[in-house]
Amino acid sequence: MSEVKIFERPKSMYDVITHYCPGCTHGVAHRIVAEVIDELGIQERTFGVAPVGCSVFLYNYINTDMYEAAHGRAPAVASATKRVRPEMIGFTYQGDGDLASIGMAEIVHAANRGEHITVIFINNAIYGMTGGQMAPTTLLEQKATTCPFGRDPGVNGYPMRVVEMLATLAAPGYIARACVAKPKYVAKAKEAVRKAFQTQIDGKGFSMVELLSTCPTNWGMRPVDAADWVEEKMIPYYPLGELKVPHEEVKN
Amino acid sequence: MAERMLMKGNEALAEAAVRAGCKYFFGYPITPQNEIPEYMSRRLPEIGGVYLQAESEVASINMVFGGAGTGKRVMTSSSSPGISLMSEGISYVAGAELPCVIMNIVRGGPGLGGILPAQSDYFQATRGGGHGDYRLLVLAPSTLQEGVDLTMLAFDLADKYHNPVMILGDGFMGQMMEAVEFKEPPSTQSSDAEEWAVGFMGKRGKRALVKSLYLDPEELEQHNQKLQRKYHAMTQNEVRYESYQMEGAEIVLAAYGTTARIARSAIMNLRKEGVPVGMIRPITLFPFPYAPFETLPKSTKNILVVEMSMGQMIDDVKIGVGKDIPISFYGRSGGIAPSVKEIEDQIRKIAG
Repeated sequence: MSEVKIFERPKSMYDVITHYCPGCTHGVAHRIVAEVIDELGIQERTFGVAPVGCSVFLYNYINTDMYEAAHGRAPAVASATKRVRPEMIGFTYQGDGDLASIGMAEIVHAANRGEHITVIFINNAIYGMTGGQMAPTTLLEQKATTCPFGRDPGVNGYPMRVVEMLATLAAPGYIARACVAKPKYVAKAKEAVRKAFQTQIDGKGFSMVELLSTCPTNWGMRPVDAADWVEEKMIPYYPLGELKVPHEEVKN
Repeated sequence: MAERMLMKGNEALAEAAVRAGCKYFFGYPITPQNEIPEYMSRRLPEIGGVYLQAESEVASINMVFGGAGTGKRVMTSSSSPGISLMSEGISYVAGAELPCVIMNIVRGGPGLGGILPAQSDYFQATRGGGHGDYRLLVLAPSTLQEGVDLTMLAFDLADKYHNPVMILGDGFMGQMMEAVEFKEPPSTQSSDAEEWAVGFMGKRGKRALVKSLYLDPEELEQHNQKLQRKYHAMTQNEVRYESYQMEGAEIVLAAYGTTARIARSAIMNLRKEGVPVGMIRPITLFPFPYAPFETLPKSTKNILVVEMSMGQMIDDVKIGVGKDIPISFYGRSGGIAPSVKEIEDQIRKIAG
């Protein structure tokens, strides 16, 4: 009887150990992206753009053409690359500090131009690589190394709901928020990422998926508690679902 | 013979880029270079290219980073404050060893400064602006014809060295009109893009990786040593300058760009009166032509550096000349050019 593999490493993923902390969900998000690239058969014509932050080494894990961009600028890099090589499939992979703080101008304008790129936005409500500083997405009362007494809206404003903002624009084709903190959410997250890439392949404009993620190290939590925290604190403030879908799919 | 056309400087530079095979332009409006993006927004769609107006200079240069990663000829243009904003990105382009052309139609600073011509960004162009041990190849035309020729050369050099090349013009050059002739460019595309660029993974059997990050200190040092070898090769192969009326010159002017053009008139007038004055005009600012300053004719008694700044290129002249010959400086700034008469007066003062 021949051996049947029911689970294996995606072809678009390198066989290496990642540098991520125990309980971090970047690995899950990477795997979802790689599986979708494999399933769509687009590895050789895909380019990715890594951000500055924990996922700066994305290029060590995903085997497609890759750029490592300056902090926040991945959407500008991807916009131009796609314009020059429109037959390619481009994605950026950005954290919340990269995308929602320093890179806010680039993401808003790439979305508003309807650039045919796919953005994977990892929201873990904190700066990871630099060591736990406050992000634009840090929740109220959540502690960070630069808001040690908890985020105070009078000082720091409110956590930004980025995909809701971008969904008000006319040009984006697909915008969704999903979660990778617990296994029960992962199938839906992958479905959203697949739809986002498909939107690009179909030429239906800018696509973006926000993935709620954990950061046990900088949250000062055990991995299981971190996963619970996403469910109990983040999902109520950052509700899951599709905010924008390509025209044909609009439901009444 | 190629056709001669009367064109505005900014438009002539843009057309030269198109003829050198540049089909992709990313930029943001700023005076006095707006005719470059305006021209490109009409011209590039005609040839199946892309003009994309960015949301900022920061985005422009990062778009150049992305476009250049495909190995195609790409460019941006801006003016002084915009180049300051691009400086981070220029460092990334240089660090990732990507070819591109950046046109800087310089205006007066610092800060918002003014919109009139200046040469006060010599330090920024030749000494960095951005962070890290990197160099731009900097070409400084003195006439529109030379601007056209050097623009074509710039794309060739960018591809040859995998390095950003800056055309350092000024507001005069951008706004004046002059007859120009478009000659055959030395090349119209990269010859090695398939070996390294994004978009050839299937053909090459290996993905492309465009980055400037080397966390391992040994690797980063090796990367810097490799860059230095490249910059050294530029100093060996790419130095360009013009010697003007240097025969028997006792007073030697050093000037570049528009200022050199004005100085030329002053030299012409004074030579008629028998004043022994000549000029060395750097065309490449990096690599700087130190050699002609190191080997000045024995007749040389004085050097006069003239700039539209408070004195920046004078530092490089001092490096070349050393301490044996006195060096004086005359500069105007704020958007004011030294006049022919002012330069003549300075020369006469030195001649005694």
